[in-house]
Amino acid sequence: MRALLLRDLRLAMRAGGGFGLGLCFFLILTVLVPFGIGPDRAGLAPVAPGILWVGALLACLLSLDRIFALDHEDGSLDLLATSPLPLEGVVAIKALAHWLTTGLPLVIAAPVFGLLLQLPLAAMPWLVLSLLLGTPALSVLGAFGAALTVGLRRGGLLMSALVLPLYIPTLIFGAEITRRGAEGAPVAAPIALIAGITLAAAALIPFAAAAALRINLR
Amino acid sequence: MSIWEYANPAKFMRTTGAMLPWLVPAAVVATVVGVVWGFLTPDDYRQGSTVKIMYMHVPAAMMAINIWVMMLVASLIWIIRRHHVSALAARAAAPVGAVMTLIALATGAIWGQPMWGTWWEWDPRLTSFLILFLFYVGYVALWSAIEDPDSAADLTGVLCLVGSVFALLSRYAVLFWNQGLHQGASLSVASGERMSAVYRYPLYLAMLGFAALSLALILIRTRTEIRRRRLAALQARELRS
Repeated sequence: MRALLLRDLRLAMRAGGGFGLGLCFFLILTVLVPFGIGPDRAGLAPVAPGILWVGALLACLLSLDRIFALDHEDGSLDLLATSPLPLEGVVAIKALAHWLTTGLPLVIAAPVFGLLLQLPLAAMPWLVLSLLLGTPALSVLGAFGAALTVGLRRGGLLMSALVLPLYIPTLIFGAEITRRGAEGAPVAAPIALIAGITLAAAALIPFAAAAALRINLR
Repeated sequence: MSIWEYANPAKFMRTTGAMLPWLVPAAVVATVVGVVWGFLTPDDYRQGSTVKIMYMHVPAAMMAINIWVMMLVASLIWIIRRHHVSALAARAAAPVGAVMTLIALATGAIWGQPMWGTWWEWDPRLTSFLILFLFYVGYVALWSAIEDPDSAADLTGVLCLVGSVFALLSRYAVLFWNQGLHQGASLSVASGERMSAVYRYPLYLAMLGFAALSLALILIRTRTEIRRRRLAALQARELRS
C-alpha cells in the first residue's frame, strides 16, 4: 500500500503540475473574482468564503480524471486489480494520493488566497479547518466519479456532471463554517457535520468506487 | 405466483400488453378530469386563482420523488438478483422522473412569481428539487454514454445507490443553509387535514392521474427497451449466421 502511495505521489510530481496545477487554477480564480465583482472590501468579504470553497471544489475536479485514466490506459489498473491488495484499498490509496497532491496544498495555501479576497483574519483558522476536514471527502467522491467513467473516451465532462451534485452537502457545510467563523457565530454543528460526511465517505465510498471499477474492467 | 415472474420478459410483455390499453385511457381521463375539476374549484381566499396551479404542481412533485425511489428499488433488484427487466425499467423511468421534476420546478416558478414575488428563490425545497433534477440528468447521461448495456446497468445502479444517499443528505443540508419560504406539506397523514374537501378531492384525482400516467409511460418505455434489446439480439444472430 505504501509503495502504491509513493508511486502515485512520485508520478504526480514528475509528470509536472501535480502539485502546481490545482494551486495555479485556484490563484487564477481568486485573481479573476475581484475583476468580476469589484475591488472594494465590502463587496468581496461576504462572498470570499463561498468563492474559496467553490474554487477548491473546481480545482479538485480539474485533476480527478488523472486518478484512474492514466493507469487504465497503460494497463497498470488491471495489474492493480489482480494484485493481492483489495481494490477497495487501491481506491482509498489513490484518493489519498489525490488529496495529498491537490487538497493538502490548497489547505496550506488557502489563507493567502483568503487575504487576496479580503477574508477577515478571524475567519482564517476556520477556513483552513473547514478545508482540512472537507477536501478529503471531495477527493474520495471524485475517485468514485472517476471510477464510474474510467472506460469512457471523453468522460471528463460527464464525470463533472456526476460528481458535482455529490459535492453539494460538503460545499454547504464547508462554506457555512467559514461564514460563521467570519461572523463569530458558533461553528460546532457544521464542523461535526462536515467531519461526519468526510468520515462516512472515506469509509463507504471506496466500496462503491471499487464496484464501479470492477464493472469497468470486466 | 410471485412478483419475480415478471422478471421474465415474455411474461412482462404479455401482462403489460394487456394492462396498457386500460391504463393509458384511465391515466389520461384521471389527469384531465383532476386538473379541469381543479380549475373549476372556487378561488382561495388568500392566494386567489393562482392556487389552481397546485393540481399540476403537487402531483408532479410527488411523482418526481416517487420515481426516484422506484429507480432505487429497481436498481437494487438488478444489482442483487440480475433481472434485466428491472434494469430496463430503471432506465425507462429516469427521463419520466426528470420531466416530472422539471414540471414541478416550472409550475413552482409560475406559482411563486405572483405569490412570493419571485420566480426563483434559494429555498430548501426548491433547491433540493433542483439537486434532484441534477441527479436525474447525471443518471440519464451515464446511461447514454456507456455502450455495453450490462455495464451501463451496473454502473448506473451504483450511481443510483450513492446518489440516493447524497440526494437525501442534500435535502437536509440545504435546510441547514437557508430557511424556507415554501409552505409545509398540504396533505399529511400525521397532522390531519389542512385543506378543505373542495380542493382535496380534485387534488387526489390529479395525483392518481399523474401516478397512472407515470406508470403508463414507464411501462411503454420499458417495453420499447425490451423490444430494442430483442432487435439487437436478432441482428447479432443474423450477423453470425
